[in-house]
Amino acid sequence: MSGKGAKDIEALIELMARLPGLGPRSARRAVLHLIKKRGLLLLPLAEAMQKVGTTARECLNCGNIGTGDVCDICADDARANGQICVVEDVADLWAMERARVFKGRYHVLGGVLSALDAVGPEELRIPRLIDRVSTETVNEVILALPATIEGQTTAHYIAERLPQTRVTSLAQGVPVGGELDYLDDGTITAALNARKTF
Amino acid sequence: MIEWRDHGALLSARPHGETSVIAEVFCAAHGRCAGVIRGGISRKLAPVLQPGNVVAVAWAARLEEHLGHFTVEPVRSRAGMVLGNRLALEALQAVTGLLGLVLPEREPHPALYDATQGVLDLLTDADLLPLAYLRWEQKLLEDLGYGLELGTCTVTGVNDDLAFVSPKTGRAVSRSAAGPWEGRLLPLPPVLVGQGDAAGPDIAAALAVTGYFIEHRLMRAQSERPMPAARARFIALLARQS
Repeated sequence: MSGKGAKDIEALIELMARLPGLGPRSARRAVLHLIKKRGLLLLPLAEAMQKVGTTARECLNCGNIGTGDVCDICADDARANGQICVVEDVADLWAMERARVFKGRYHVLGGVLSALDAVGPEELRIPRLIDRVSTETVNEVILALPATIEGQTTAHYIAERLPQTRVTSLAQGVPVGGELDYLDDGTITAALNARKTF
Repeated sequence: MIEWRDHGALLSARPHGETSVIAEVFCAAHGRCAGVIRGGISRKLAPVLQPGNVVAVAWAARLEEHLGHFTVEPVRSRAGMVLGNRLALEALQAVTGLLGLVLPEREPHPALYDATQGVLDLLTDADLLPLAYLRWEQKLLEDLGYGLELGTCTVTGVNDDLAFVSPKTGRAVSRSAAGPWEGRLLPLPPVLVGQGDAAGPDIAAALAVTGYFIEHRLMRAQSERPMPAARARFIALLARQS
């Protein structure tokens, strides 16, 4: 390619190649596909990105991503059922929403406590969570944090700071469709520790 | 191609690119070593790559000074046992965090390795863990050349009425020899020399002394990063124990 138009396309390819899951070759293929489907994909995509770029922001209440100061979930009165589900990241919130089983509100921490990366409680939205629990009518805080050393350290830290509130956490153990033979011994240990009466 | 095999305790695994991690492993014969693990964030490998887990590793690189690649096999998982135990979680992160900060790379420390496996094996024993952790920190200081000498008074040579530790030398000072320098010396909790109670607050006081030397000697020598916050939280939990 050569000329100014080619430079623009190269710049687009470079930007696309920075997206997760894409490298230079796959970005080049994606851009070529977009250009071929200009009316069907490229222009609507550019328009949608322009719109999201100007309106997307973090919810001031929970940290979810929405298009206003308060996200749709926080603005929905039907979801004020007294339960707050605490997640590490917006991606986890979206995963919970995909399952369509939780009907309460969320709180996105924005990470977990990490000695390695020097992430402390002040770097996360833990003070805001404690503030929400004291000001909103909350009867249960559900900790849906990763089953990792850092995730569970964060869970214990939060639970300690909410002594007056019922704090629960997601179960850990055998995943749906999982066979014991293929599980690591850490998961089997956690599952055995969390066994329940059948 | 340079290759070796060993086993060790996983200290950390940081994301590297989209699918790999850079892992640090405290190996029995090779000390603290780092390497890339391809596919380290996969569902299969992520549970294996939790701090404290024992893994068998094969390290390979074209040149000795390269970062190199690890292939890992799980040997023993500790993560599953400690996830519900706050004291154990903080102790585990304090141990792995400190080793990641102060242990020189690729320098074997077999005695410290054994001591580390010993304290990690006691993570779920709430009665033994606090004292085992204190002894491990003393061993860490000793193995890296900053061992505390608490048997006799550095001024008079007597071995009774030892009440202080010199922050400069790490040696004990008796109450009578302390004199006007008492305010500048660190208190010597009896548990540090194997005497008195080993209750949570006593051990927390002793950890303040070992912490001083870790921070002012080891950390200044090896790292610009701060002490792992998990250590402070572990000590706070101990101080609250009756």
